[in-house]
Amino acid sequence: MTVLLDKARQRQTRITGIILLALGALIAVFLAPDASGVATFRLSRPTDVWPVPNLVVPGGAFIYVASAFLAFFGVRLFLRGGAKWSARLLGIGLIIAVAAFLVWATAGKSFSFTGMLQASLVRAVPIALGGLAGVLSERVAVVNIGIEGMLLAGAFTGALVGSLAGGVAGLAAAVAVGGVFGFVLAALVVTYRMDQIIAGVFINLFVLGLTSYISSQVFQEYRALNNAPVFRAVEIPILSDLPVLGPVLFSQNIFVYGAFILAGLATYYLFHTRHGLRARAVGEHPRAADTLGIDVYRTRYVNVTVAGMVAGFGGAWFTLGSVGRFDEGMTGGRGFIGLAAMIFGRWHPVGALLAALVFGFADSLQQKLALLGTPIPSEFLAMAPYIATIVVVAGVVGRARAPAADGKPYVKE
Amino acid sequence: MKDATQGRVFGRTQLEDLVIVPLFALVAALFLGALVMAATGVAPGTIAQSYAALLKGSVGSIDAVSETLTAALPLVLAGLGLALGFRAGLFNIGAEGQIVMGGLAAVVAGVALADFPAFIALPGALLAGAVTGAFYAGIAGWLRAATGAHEVISTIMLNLISFRLLDYLLRTPLIQKEGRADPISKSVPDVAELPKLLTFLDANLRLHAGLFLTLVMVAAAYWLLFRSKLGFEFRASGENAIAARFAGMNAGLTIVMAMAVAGALAGLAGANQTLGVLGRATPGFSAEIGFDAIAVALLGRSHPVGVLFAGILFGALEAGGRQMQVDAGVSIDLIGIIQSLIIVFIAAPLLVKAIFPWGFRKAGTGKGRS
Repeated sequence: MTVLLDKARQRQTRITGIILLALGALIAVFLAPDASGVATFRLSRPTDVWPVPNLVVPGGAFIYVASAFLAFFGVRLFLRGGAKWSARLLGIGLIIAVAAFLVWATAGKSFSFTGMLQASLVRAVPIALGGLAGVLSERVAVVNIGIEGMLLAGAFTGALVGSLAGGVAGLAAAVAVGGVFGFVLAALVVTYRMDQIIAGVFINLFVLGLTSYISSQVFQEYRALNNAPVFRAVEIPILSDLPVLGPVLFSQNIFVYGAFILAGLATYYLFHTRHGLRARAVGEHPRAADTLGIDVYRTRYVNVTVAGMVAGFGGAWFTLGSVGRFDEGMTGGRGFIGLAAMIFGRWHPVGALLAALVFGFADSLQQKLALLGTPIPSEFLAMAPYIATIVVVAGVVGRARAPAADGKPYVKE
Repeated sequence: MKDATQGRVFGRTQLEDLVIVPLFALVAALFLGALVMAATGVAPGTIAQSYAALLKGSVGSIDAVSETLTAALPLVLAGLGLALGFRAGLFNIGAEGQIVMGGLAAVVAGVALADFPAFIALPGALLAGAVTGAFYAGIAGWLRAATGAHEVISTIMLNLISFRLLDYLLRTPLIQKEGRADPISKSVPDVAELPKLLTFLDANLRLHAGLFLTLVMVAAAYWLLFRSKLGFEFRASGENAIAARFAGMNAGLTIVMAMAVAGALAGLAGANQTLGVLGRATPGFSAEIGFDAIAVALLGRSHPVGVLFAGILFGALEAGGRQMQVDAGVSIDLIGIIQSLIIVFIAAPLLVKAIFPWGFRKAGTGKGRS
């Protein structure tokens, strides 16, 4: 068994090495000749309290150095097969590759780096909250394919109630409705022992059908029902004046702050409280937890309902946090990317948040690059984050482990 | 208690499970659908009218049956592939992307084979669709086998990649229709089209030879799953991967093969759409068939014959829903609600028993035992 694992690990390291080497070669061959001039990254606006000078990078030199590093990492991984280092080197390698790419695209031009980071955080919010909802329910061994539906339900409720009773009421209602769907999922899989994946698919289809139906049947006619106020950015005094960090971290709307706070709370709850320990026990070995007097059913109900509330909050971002109106199927697969973030983040709230930030970064990077007018077709830029996800999931997280009882129903004896 | 848990086991033969439960699920879902309509201010008369239209549009005429089957074919084909994957323990969400790649490849091959006779061009185009779908799904299978990357994530990402790839490829000179600026492919030549079957009755009937292809594939999937060594390996690794490995099965190869077969069937579903219905590829031509097919495969309990009937049911709702929108002005999105409720009523017998304690379940079990 261990021999088998070692072999798999070695092969994985080899593959990682080849990928890095190929990246280095690609960068040297295709990017370096084009990168004439310097790339200017604007870090602050002239109106800022403490302006910082722009970051100026000589294009060609930077790219050659980057490709040399990548090649070195790749060769080292391939020859030495240091499994311990493969994940870290792949991560660093990808960051270097992205940086080189960014320098290449910006060479001879300038663009706002801070603005891109700010957009990354905003775009990461629904993915992070979706991933967090996934962590909360999978830690009690309930696979939650229905996150997409819960996000959509939150978005819809936010728009409807927000239009009628204001943003705060809309947000509260979105959280409540997300909780209702979490409770429905828990009831279906715990009490009625429905297959967990089927139950999740049901929630997705049902919410998509119901919200699209009401949207085309009712909202078309009564447009006032779909015109909610939007939460503005809340500037945190002093901190929001910091260069770079200020606009990125401390001048966002409540959804961004909420995602960070919830990730922290969930970490504290899962790993530092008695209830969290119980929840994880239910996820790893429900029979043993039951023997020790933990109410398995109740724990699953509570955690999955809370997961639904988190997803409902994340869903409200789509309407109350950005455009103020609901469109059919507007979540566009973010819930599924949230699931990817959960696995990428190894079933840990902070891991899921960081993974979501990577996705958010890739998303806003692609938009900025399209604006810079690179010769690469925009479709390929849009694909890049997804390809990167596959590479990362294959290279890094192959060894990550889901909670032991994940997806299995529990029948009390 | 034992009875209830056994309710999920495949291959139940009781009359209750095969006929009464689905029928009950359909009726209950339609009833709740009516409640939804009533709650959104649709008049009772219009509700009755819309269900009459649903019936009329799905089975009420030759045209309706033709539309039902036309909508059902890709759902059945893709659903078969997903069912095979489920049996092998793989949750493949990637049918949508495999449909996109397969459908596009079929168009490209069809255009390339335009100068050949139909008996070469059509099979060539279908084969191209199947092989491309198999290859595209095989990527996810290979990643799972070689590195342990979870197939749910990789197939979702491959779906998203396929949409962008389609948008890009439709603008390349080899594929884009001449003289067009928007992303649209060249038209499939007549020789590569799946011939329409019912044009002798009415030129507008859209049912095409994909019907035979689908029926053959249902039989083939049945044979593969229950009569062949490969299918046994699929099922064995789905039931107990560790036992399968100790029995000497190559776990990695089984995963890649299961994904490839699933992808081939989804690719055929895509080819079925481009060669039989649409005649070209456009952005979004996959129309979420790959996601509906997940529901079809689950509803058919991952059994080829079950998938066939589930696909026809969903096709009927699809076709009837269009009629409903035209006749009664009720949004077709109502069909999505009804479809999801059918799934929940069929997949959760305990729930049905809880809602209707006096219902068929008790009576049915009594009958079964006497």
